[in-house]
Amino acid sequence: MSLVRAENLTKTYRFGDIAVPAIKGVDFSIDPASFVCFVGPSGSGKSTLLNMIGCLDQPTGGTLKVLGTDIATLDRRAAARFRGENIGFVFQDFNLIPVLTAYENIEYPLIMVQEWPAKKRRQQVLRLLAAVGMADQANKRPDQMSGGQKQRVAVARALVSNAKLVLADEPTANLDHDTAYRIIELMRKMRDEFGTTFVFSTHDPKIMGEAELTFVLEDGRIPDGAGKGETHHV
Amino acid sequence: MSNVLKIAARNLLRYQRRTLLTSLLIVIGMVAVLLFMSVSGSFKAIMIGQFTDSVLGHLEVHRKGYVAAIDALPLNLNMSPQAAVKVEEALKQIGDVETWSPRLKFGAMFSTFVETTSIRINGIDPQREAAALPLLSGRLGAGQKSGPLLAKGEIIVPALLASGMKVKLGDTVVLVTTNRDGSVNGKNFTVRGIMEGLSGPGGRDGYVHIDDARELLRIPDAEVSEYVIRLKDMTHLNAVAKQLKQALEGLSNTEGKPLLEVHTWADLSPFANIARMIDVLTLFIKIMLVAIVLVSVMNVMIMAVYERIREIGTISAIGTSPGKILSLFLCEGLMLGVAGTLVGSVISMIVIYALNIWKISFVFGQQQTVVLSPSLGLGQVVAIAGTVIVVAALASLQPAWKASRMDPITALRHV
Repeated sequence: MSLVRAENLTKTYRFGDIAVPAIKGVDFSIDPASFVCFVGPSGSGKSTLLNMIGCLDQPTGGTLKVLGTDIATLDRRAAARFRGENIGFVFQDFNLIPVLTAYENIEYPLIMVQEWPAKKRRQQVLRLLAAVGMADQANKRPDQMSGGQKQRVAVARALVSNAKLVLADEPTANLDHDTAYRIIELMRKMRDEFGTTFVFSTHDPKIMGEAELTFVLEDGRIPDGAGKGETHHV
Repeated sequence: MSNVLKIAARNLLRYQRRTLLTSLLIVIGMVAVLLFMSVSGSFKAIMIGQFTDSVLGHLEVHRKGYVAAIDALPLNLNMSPQAAVKVEEALKQIGDVETWSPRLKFGAMFSTFVETTSIRINGIDPQREAAALPLLSGRLGAGQKSGPLLAKGEIIVPALLASGMKVKLGDTVVLVTTNRDGSVNGKNFTVRGIMEGLSGPGGRDGYVHIDDARELLRIPDAEVSEYVIRLKDMTHLNAVAKQLKQALEGLSNTEGKPLLEVHTWADLSPFANIARMIDVLTLFIKIMLVAIVLVSVMNVMIMAVYERIREIGTISAIGTSPGKILSLFLCEGLMLGVAGTLVGSVISMIVIYALNIWKISFVFGQQQTVVLSPSLGLGQVVAIAGTVIVVAALASLQPAWKASRMDPITALRHV
């Protein structure tokens, strides 16, 4: 069963009387524990697609099912709950909370979203800190960390609540090539260790080569069908 | 919830200078209000005490129409002995009444055998009057305060009149008055004391024994012009006044209208308007505090939301519910209010304590040493603190609501 399945998915933004189609009827599916990349130039619809998969936005046509749930049926509150329970996010600008340490940033979803008991929370955070190689930086605040370290913490935060799907919109755009490569490696390692599906977007050709499945988006379109190890162009 | 508070506290500390300035505004507002309340409250209490405890009592009962004609001191509007008995019976039934004193008031000519002038005389029962008006003897001049207020054949003369007529203690003076039937009568009195004046009513009142007053007026029966009533607890003033009115409703004149009327001290004293003005001023100061808290907290919270739009987008994206986001920002505003309130209350208490040690005194009327003793009840502090905290919460509600309703995509795109 697919983790994410899109059928004839469309998204059109309206600015007054002007309709701007961002996604124009795409079909794709993503299997559990896969390592998937969406590539395409700016404005091709990568972020719009990731936003919809992440239940941050709703389609205007077609269907999009994430973990079997039609996201069009989720209201604002339900979407927040669904994201908190199932989806992790890694952002281009890391988006760590500046007043919290690395440990507390990772712990944040377990406190504010899922309300785990303290002991279990501590075990999980320490496990993730170790997994991303940040155990010795636990007490550092974001302004005391390098870009790569921040993104490691962001990956740990995305995984901490046992998310089944992690969405990363341009996670390496603000990193130098070596660091970017190490972050992608880390994400793949996390996929292997936790069985989490990683979906990320990039326009770095070297980074996109690391994905097991790549969808190329151009002008809001994507080819029919998808398979492991393939790259799909329109 | 403790985690929300912890994060809220960290967020406040993120902008230390701004948090400090806002808290400082709240602290200054709190201190200003609490100090004003305590000092003006003390001033008001002293002033009211001067009137109620040395002239008016807390309540007075008169025959209907007497107060309206009080400048004429009409003898035909005295209470009959039967009505006086009914009043005393009613007063005995009310548990909040501590004591009362009957007075027989009249106008007379005051003569030193050399000069003559008019005077208002209160015929009093010295013991009852001293019990009902505990500060009355304090208005007597030096060396006159010990012993009973006065005895039969003695008179207490108002200070203004005594100085004008060059009357000294022990002098013999004569009072001449006209009774209800129009016949004139006179009687010699020895000056027992000279009563310092008081701004407002009672500044030109003399005192003689009630038996002397009846003799002078040739009133054989126990007629009374007014009853001065002292309560055990002045906060029950209006309730007791209502209770007394109800108890006296049964007494009616020949036209079937109520025979008697009950007045509170505030009905009789012009100082009541000053007391009300102090209350209005206090209210304005409170409104200013509310405005300070509202504007400063709202300003800080609006800025906090604006500066953290991307952060709001992030926490929203990772699944933080709108309610949690709302509570996070609400807690920040609340903490500002609570911190300002706590510090402001402590500083106010210290300043009030210091004012009580320094013993600030001022002149009121003829009295040279009225000592200000500011104090604050726990209820007053809690009420003001509660107001500040509620206003702080209300001020952060709009920015917090805005944060909680923010679209995560728009917020994440914010630069």
